[in-house]
Amino acid sequence: MAQVFKPAANTIAKLAVFGGAFFLALAVWSLNEFNRSQYMTRTKVAREQPVPFSHKHHNAELGIDCRYCHTSVETSAFAGIPPTQTCMNCHSQIWKDSPMLEPVRASFASNRSLEWVRVHDLPDFVYFNHSIHIHKGIGCVSCHGRVDQMNLTWQQSPLQMEWCLNCHRNPAAAVRPREEVFNMAWKAENQEELGARLVKAYNIESRDDCSVCHR
Amino acid sequence: MRALRFALLIVAVLLASACRQDMHDAPRYEPLEYSVFFDDHRAARPAVENTVSRSAFGESPLLLQARRDGRFVKVFPFEIDEAVIRRGQERYNIYCSPCHARTGLGDGMIVRRGYPQPPSFHDQRLKEAAPGYFFHVITNGFGVMPSYAAQVPLRDRWAITAYIRALQLSRSTQVSSLDSSEKSKIGKGDVREPKAGHGGHGNNAGHGESGEASHG
Ligand code: HEC
Ligand code: HEC
Ligand code: HEC
Ligand code: HEC
Ligand code: HEC
Ligand code: HEC
Repeated sequence: MAQVFKPAANTIAKLAVFGGAFFLALAVWSLNEFNRSQYMTRTKVAREQPVPFSHKHHNAELGIDCRYCHTSVETSAFAGIPPTQTCMNCHSQIWKDSPMLEPVRASFASNRSLEWVRVHDLPDFVYFNHSIHIHKGIGCVSCHGRVDQMNLTWQQSPLQMEWCLNCHRNPAAAVRPREEVFNMAWKAENQEELGARLVKAYNIESRDDCSVCHR
Repeated sequence: MRALRFALLIVAVLLASACRQDMHDAPRYEPLEYSVFFDDHRAARPAVENTVSRSAFGESPLLLQARRDGRFVKVFPFEIDEAVIRRGQERYNIYCSPCHARTGLGDGMIVRRGYPQPPSFHDQRLKEAAPGYFFHVITNGFGVMPSYAAQVPLRDRWAITAYIRALQLSRSTQVSSLDSSEKSKIGKGDVREPKAGHGGHGNNAGHGESGEASHG
């Protein structure tokens, strides 16, 4: 009986077995990477807004504190988006003829809200709360990046569960003095030493049980 | 037949996974979410006119009163200690310094960009004004200055007032009137340096005559 398989078949069979495993691994890996990709998380994509509001201009250049507009960030879950009145505090007097600000004036005159496009949006089955993070010394910049350098706002962090957990398991790497939470440019000289000290001082616990965020 | 069943299974699995979005966007409103139900598209319903916040009743009614018997009150509704003044300083720097400047001179960043200039807090008239008057201005606005009632809660308005008082005093205090332990603090940076990154624009140029003192 003639041989069905030539000696090379051994190699092919081996290749097929290992190749299959390799392709499977590749597929899983690419799915994973795809899931974390910028395309899926929509990070670093500036959103079109009804008014081209610039944080760079108002925060970094004019020096207006985050809390002037996001008034509830220290005390509630929701950071707060400023009402039209807040813009009009200044823009009733300055740049009051700018065409860019027309929607703001229209909103003020008609008493209808400006419709800002949401940039960050966690799924509704996740509970998030700003006040605890601010209170425990996590800076805006740790999660939102250099908002003060953005002309149009974008999302800096992936907001995936993995990202939350990375910090919840090791808060010492991110914690800063409470006075510096709103300071976008602040950097620790020695985060390791400072982190360890502040975790004690602020009584920070490592929270990674499911019910913390899924309640 | 088996191929068909398999194909149906795949389709079913794909269909099931498409439901995921429902859980991502549950049929409830998040704060300030867009609503198709209400005419003005606001899920956050505006309060009925003349609504009084319940939080206003929680504490002493004195907190609410700028005037008593027709005159601006001269006393604070609660005790002013260092913590209150620090709180006032923080709130002042957030809500007032864009126009009134950290010095209280009234040449803040927004004014330099063309906003009408407010009077200096170091004018004799405002130095003599009662605390109730400052509370009244924050609550109701004054001239072109808008009301800050929506941004600054009651207690903070008094804390800011206390800080403005401290700011006014800081200008008229002579170094020679300090005792030696206070003098020794001059230049030691006991007063916190304003932070770079927000507001570091020259509108925080010390606190007047004792300016060098507060800025070490
Ligand atoms: C002058 C008012 C103002 C100030 C000051 C301000 N913001 Fe904003 N912020 C806005 C407005 C208006 C929006 C909505 C439009 C947008 O997304 O750009 C916004 C949006 C945001 C968003 C995105 C919200 C979303 O839709 O998910 C973040 C994050 C944010 N701000 C952070 C900050 C931080 C951090 C600071 C301080 C460094 C700051 N803001 C200071 C007015 C302000
Ligand atoms: C504390 C004062 C202040 C507040 C509050 C404020 N702005 Fe401004 N804004 C300014 C100043 C000052 C400028 C112009 C700066 C300059 O001279 O370059 C400006 C410029 C702008 C411009 C650019 C105008 C142009 O024609 O170039 C836009 C758009 C704008 N603001 C939108 C907003 C919106 C929207 C809000 C409300 C969320 C807001 N601003 C709140 C002070 C303010
Ligand atoms: C621990 C991470 C974290 C920190 C620190 C943080 N944020 Fe956020 N922020 C988020 C997340 C996550 C969302 C999206 C919340 C949602 O979709 O429900 C968000 C949303 C926002 C929004 C949109 C409105 C809202 O509440 O949904 C604003 C405005 C904002 N943040 C401002 C700030 C400011 C200002 C600071 C600093 C004082 C800050 N954030 C600090 C994670 C953070
Ligand atoms: C940069 C660090 C950091 C990131 C990122 C972060 N957190 Fe936190 N979070 C903390 C710290 C620190 C605490 C305080 C823990 C303590 O001591 O109780 C906290 C507390 C919380 C709490 C309150 C727990 C309680 O006791 O009620 C919730 C809820 C929460 N985080 C949700 C989230 C979610 C959801 C995300 C992701 C979208 C997230 N956090 C991302 C640092 C972070
Ligand atoms: C620190 C906050 C946090 C904790 C703790 C946490 N999660 Fe999550 N979880 C999230 C966030 C944020 C998301 C949304 C991720 C996204 O949008 O990609 C999520 C998503 C999920 C999803 C995916 C749902 C979907 O359709 O994408 C599952 C399942 C889940 N979490 C289960 C768990 C379990 C089980 C635990 C406990 C071991 C847990 N989570 C603990 C924050 C948390
Ligand atoms: C957007 C700029 C702006 C901001 C922010 C602002 N003010 Fe004013 N303020 C003014 C202007 C302009 C005047 C002068 C109004 C006039 O004479 O028509 C004024 C006047 C005043 C006066 C003097 C009234 C008098 O008798 O002359 C007081 C007191 C005052 N402001 C307190 C405050 C306090 C406290 C804050 C912070 C909570 C604050 N202001 C924030 C612009 C501002």
